[in-house]
Amino acid sequence: MSDLRDLYQEVILDHNKRPRNFRILPQPTHKADGVNPLCGDRISVFLDIEDGVIKDIAFQGAGCAISSASASLMTEALKGKPVADVEHLFDAFHNVVTTDCDCPKGLGKLGVLAGVRDYPSRVKCATLAWHAVRAALEERKQPVATE
Amino acid sequence: MSAPHALALAPEDRVGLDLNCIRAEFPILRQRVHGKPLVYLDNAASVQKPQAVIDAVSRCYSEYYANIHRGVHLLSERSTTAYEGARGKVRSFLNAASIQEIIFTRGTTESINLVASSFGGGAVKAGDEILITGMEHHSNIVPWQLLCERAGATLKVVPFTDAGELLLDEYQKLLDSGRVKLAAFVHVSNALGTINPIKTLIDLAHARGVPVLVDGAQAVAHLPVDVQALDCDFYAFSSHKIYGPSGVGVLYGKQALLETMPPYQGGGDMIRLVTFEKTEYADLPNKFEAGTPNIAGVIGLGAALDWLNAIGLNAVGAHEHELLTYATARLSEIPGLSLMGTARDKAAVAAFTMKGIHPHDIGTILDREGVAIRAGHHCAQPVMQRYGVPATARASFAVYNSRDEVDALIKALWKVKELFE
Repeated sequence: MSDLRDLYQEVILDHNKRPRNFRILPQPTHKADGVNPLCGDRISVFLDIEDGVIKDIAFQGAGCAISSASASLMTEALKGKPVADVEHLFDAFHNVVTTDCDCPKGLGKLGVLAGVRDYPSRVKCATLAWHAVRAALEERKQPVATE
Repeated sequence: MSAPHALALAPEDRVGLDLNCIRAEFPILRQRVHGKPLVYLDNAASVQKPQAVIDAVSRCYSEYYANIHRGVHLLSERSTTAYEGARGKVRSFLNAASIQEIIFTRGTTESINLVASSFGGGAVKAGDEILITGMEHHSNIVPWQLLCERAGATLKVVPFTDAGELLLDEYQKLLDSGRVKLAAFVHVSNALGTINPIKTLIDLAHARGVPVLVDGAQAVAHLPVDVQALDCDFYAFSSHKIYGPSGVGVLYGKQALLETMPPYQGGGDMIRLVTFEKTEYADLPNKFEAGTPNIAGVIGLGAALDWLNAIGLNAVGAHEHELLTYATARLSEIPGLSLMGTARDKAAVAAFTMKGIHPHDIGTILDREGVAIRAGHHCAQPVMQRYGVPATARASFAVYNSRDEVDALIKALWKVKELFE
């Protein structure tokens, strides 16, 4: 059970049960859908971007605890950040969930998802919301898939 | 005084299985995963292989492997004899009228695509209809959608009840359109476990002159199938779900129908004479077996059927039914757990959801307890849509599973609850 606690940390269980920014933005400047074809997870992300800064970000959808918590934590991490930061935050986050690297301080609470690295089949759950945000910023029309 | 019998079981159902002996024949089951004994309950996805099958494949490659149907040398003759011997075993297993009716494919999916392309290509025209059910695997949906697109035909779907039973009245209404050119339905649902009343479904279709394809992928390892008694026109199944190697499937087709159908793929082995002007096709079944097949895989399937016959499908079915009854009762004790698929006639599949817990999280936690189940849509997304869930968790049983393994599943599910609450 102890190693499962490494994956399902309290913060993750909390964000799964009470996801933050779990709503629809009525008039987003950017929006995209993400799907995980293997497990059927679906997520929509909405962004309000002004002067290159993410003023507001929200998401909707149904998924597992890892994908829901990751989406929730991501919205908290990205709100107020310059759009230019998204790509390197994503790279750092991706590194943390796929390699044995030390978690960089700049990732903050996102680091609680590091346990995913021991569960290769769940990496795509943790990264689904991020892929959707990147698709939204690139203004892709097709839903982005994790595989 | 005649007292009622305590047990109203047919004699063959009373034949007990020696579970320890059976389990000993599966080397893969001896391992531990994440430090726990492996409890393999993902049998509806694929079953594990007994030593007899592993040995048959290994013997083929180490003792007599060569290409079939063409060599004059000894190894080719031995390989051909073993390959064609497996065809005979499949014929007898399904009680088909002749070996000409047994076509080897890559799997159920290819078997269905063969019929959609070769039979459907000729018989289905614009305005026609193909009838399937709402509980089909994607492999018995998409080939028909592709055919409908090509032909300008329409796909019609028979609905089912909340319990997972087909609505026979709706089925008959859809058949009565007079435009249905083929009915294709699953014998046993992989997502719900429902055993469909296929003899009735076939008879109703035939009464209106509609031929029938049965997807038997989830059926053949669990209950006896007699294609002549059923009178189905096509029956498809996969080797890997019946203790044989993956990459091999079977299509049974009535000879008279197969004779009228054009080849599915062109190539070697399916011809009699090739010139640049014209090609004469080989007779059945070779007409539908272009190219070098999975020789050792087919031979392995033959060994799997021998192995299963030695145990007896009635004994297998009785054992699995007992496991399902026990598992259903134990699962029902877990608060917040809902079973999906509660048909009266059911194979050993227990699909379920847990309130507030996604099936993928259930699957991951169970895996750490050594219990392998499937979590997801089971290649049956329309079934998930029917119940309004994105996914389910599914435990499915095979002949080698035990009550102790059901207990391990239940214990692990309580851990899931503990972690999430």
